[in-house]
Amino acid sequence: MEIHYWNKEIETADRKTIQAVQLQRLKAMVASALHTPFYKRKLPTVGINSPDDIKSLDDLKKIPLASKEDLRQNYPKGFLAVDTSEVVRIHTSSGTTGIPTVIYLSAADLDAATDIMARSIVATGATRGDVLQNMMSYGLFTGGLCMHYGAERVGLMVIPAAGGNTKRQIQLMKDFGTTVLHITPSYLLHIHSTLGEFGTSVKDLSLKKAFIGAEPHSENTRKKIEELYGIDAYNSYGLSEMNGPGVAFECVYKNDLHLWEDAYILEVIDPKTGDPVPDGQEGEVVLTNLIRHAMPLMRYRTRDRAFVHTDPCPCGRTHRRISRILGRTDDMLIINGVNIFPSQIEEVIMKIPEVGTNYQIYVEKQGSLDKLIVKVELYSKMFLGEAKQIDKLKAKISDELRASITIKPVIELHEPGVLPVFEGKAVRVVDKREKL
Amino acid sequence: MAKQLHIFVENSPGRLKAITENLQKIGANIRAFAIQDRGDFGLMKLIVSNPEQAYLALADKGCACALKDVLAISVPDSCGNLHKLLSALADNKINIIDAHGFVLQPNNKGVCILEIENITQTNAESVVKNAGFEILDDQQLYNL
Repeated sequence: MEIHYWNKEIETADRKTIQAVQLQRLKAMVASALHTPFYKRKLPTVGINSPDDIKSLDDLKKIPLASKEDLRQNYPKGFLAVDTSEVVRIHTSSGTTGIPTVIYLSAADLDAATDIMARSIVATGATRGDVLQNMMSYGLFTGGLCMHYGAERVGLMVIPAAGGNTKRQIQLMKDFGTTVLHITPSYLLHIHSTLGEFGTSVKDLSLKKAFIGAEPHSENTRKKIEELYGIDAYNSYGLSEMNGPGVAFECVYKNDLHLWEDAYILEVIDPKTGDPVPDGQEGEVVLTNLIRHAMPLMRYRTRDRAFVHTDPCPCGRTHRRISRILGRTDDMLIINGVNIFPSQIEEVIMKIPEVGTNYQIYVEKQGSLDKLIVKVELYSKMFLGEAKQIDKLKAKISDELRASITIKPVIELHEPGVLPVFEGKAVRVVDKREKL
Repeated sequence: MAKQLHIFVENSPGRLKAITENLQKIGANIRAFAIQDRGDFGLMKLIVSNPEQAYLALADKGCACALKDVLAISVPDSCGNLHKLLSALADNKINIIDAHGFVLQPNNKGVCILEIENITQTNAESVVKNAGFEILDDQQLYNL
């Protein structure tokens, strides 16, 4: 098989070289971190007052773990290391309780992140001459823009289609001979089921590859996609806190994802104790960003569960591989690629006076796509006796949730007292999707 | 003006029965009823012998219910009368949200219940009276 590299020297470097790069970059990152209010407070408490206090990679362990909660509590500028005049891009994501989180990128950071993205794209064999239809959301979410920049750097022709509007997506694929898709697996399966409706079949398309990600999926889902379309589907992994997609990507061998260890230090921990787990054992992925100096973030708990492969990959890349994401260590839901915390839903519905305090969140499959159902009770004292009021209320709940979580849920309005009442811990979320 | 009891009911087995059970317990007689169907839910609309008491009893059980002012109009059970009534309302641009009718024995007396949009801001009552119809109040309605 023909192997393409974006930066062969670093991609195939020996362990010692990678670790030397990591140490040098970690020291530089600590220097930047000491300019941020968050790390100015945290690092001295563990004896790190200057980059010279990092003597070996083992010193990484001294640095405290950081969580989404830390990002939220330090919103908006607690992790910012530079003057905002140095920042060229921000991305935000909605937080767990309505307070968002933000990442900042300087021009140099963006350049480095784009380079890593380019490396990921090339690892799949995609190259100049390919046409990438980028069907992830653009805007505040990193998935769209970061892939876009990386693909342009490689020299692909990019169609910034963003998500939704299946009919137009199919038309774009036909008109411009799209060869590569960047898409959630559920949407890709959904599109297949609609091809006939739009008078199209797979043979009318020029597809060769799909970069699938943003939601956990099984090997069976990948195989199904590959069979239905006759293409290669590559698993991708990323998160906005680590600059978006391209943190780890599959190569042409498709045997799990190379995590770019010169750009991110990978640890896997036991989520309960915080202790490292051995390679091969499932745990929580913890990442240190080595390439973003406007906003340092070290030992970040991703809440994603995976394990590490150390066996060599025939592609010659030496960077360790992580398994597909096996689930979460928190209650975050991933619905059609969008990350949602149940607490965000609770926050919205509890502000609406016409609904009661009991609610339930259901997630199920409707065809290939996820369907989010929010069940609430009408608050009896607010009922005015008109059907129109109920219609308006349902629309209001749906609109306000959409504004917060970006996807439109189905609202089920129930009579007061009908939803189950729990003694002890309430079971608010019922996820009926197949487990990985 | 007559009072109609409106109850929010979700569309699943046993929900209507829960209401009639509660009404039976307090001795409320259901004179007439209708259901405004909205798919996964509906509004049950009841003319009962003692609307205030029925309302309080249901509200006490946590039901989402409300008492609404409606026009209860005596419409003789013969050809053309409903048309005459509706024409009078239409001519005055009065909008009907929902309506139901029933016939009371032994005199075949027709009663039409009309839910009027923004009823307090319209002259619906005088329009109906001027068209020659009798408007019934709670008491008349129950003692028919």
